[in-house]
Amino acid sequence: MNFTRRKALGLTAGAAALALNGFKMTSAFANAEDTEKRIMEFSGSKKPEAGKITLTAPEIAENGNTVPISVSVESAMTGDDLVESVMILAEGNPNPAVATFHFTELSGQASATTRMRLAKTQNVIAVAKMKDGSVFSDIKQVKVTIGGCGG
Amino acid sequence: MADSKPRVKVPKSAKAGEVITIKTLISHKMESGQRKDKAGQIIPRSIINKFTCEFEGAKVFECDIDPAISANPFFEFTAKVEKAGTFKFTWVDDDGSTYTDEKKIEVN
Repeated sequence: MNFTRRKALGLTAGAAALALNGFKMTSAFANAEDTEKRIMEFSGSKKPEAGKITLTAPEIAENGNTVPISVSVESAMTGDDLVESVMILAEGNPNPAVATFHFTELSGQASATTRMRLAKTQNVIAVAKMKDGSVFSDIKQVKVTIGGCGG
Repeated sequence: MADSKPRVKVPKSAKAGEVITIKTLISHKMESGQRKDKAGQIIPRSIINKFTCEFEGAKVFECDIDPAISANPFFEFTAKVEKAGTFKFTWVDDDGSTYTDEKKIEVN
C-alpha cells in the first residue's frame, strides 16, 4: 500500500474521533440507565410524577466540587400526608447516587440543603417518596465549568 | 479522621410548634474513591456515610450519604419544636467511628 503522510494523518484523526465518540455515547448511556434503575428501585417500580417537589440548583456551577442544592416538597408532614424520603441523583457522575434524605413528622417541613460534587455538565434529579406511596420528581440541568470528581 | 470537628447551629429558643432551621457542618475530606495519587494508585474511599438528627430520642432527620457529597459535608434542614429538649447529631464515618454533638433548645 502506498500511504501518503496526509492520508495517514487523516485516517488516524478520524479513527480517534470515532473511538472518542463511541466511548462518550456508551458511558453517558450506561449512566442514564443506571439512574433510571435506581429511581425504579427507590420508588418500587412506580413512574414519578411531576409536581410537589422543587429542586433548586444553580444554572451554572463554576466549581463542580461544591454545588449547593436544595430540595423541598409540599406536604403537611402529618398523618398520611408525609414525605418519607427524597433521593438526589446526578446522571453524569461516575456513580449517580448523591444522597437520600429521610424525614419524619418531627421534621416539620420536607426541605433540606446540602453541597454536592458534579463531574461535568449534567442533569440533577430529585425523587420524593410519600407515605401513601406516590412518587414525585424534579430535574435540573447544571452547567459545570470545572469538574469535581478528581482524576 | 480523628480531627473531624462538627459545628451545629440551632436557635437558642423557639415558640411551641415552631418550625426551626438547623445548620450542620463537619470537617471531613470526603475522599470519593475516584481520585488517583501521583503514582496512579486509586486513593481509597473515606467518607461520612450517614448523618442523623434526633430530638429526645426521636428521629428528626436522617441522610444516607454517597461520595458525591462535597468535602466538609453541610446540611440544612428543619425541625418542629413542641417542647424544650436536646437535639443530638451523629455522623458515621466509613472507618466505623462516629462524631456527635448536642444542642439544647428552650421553648417559651
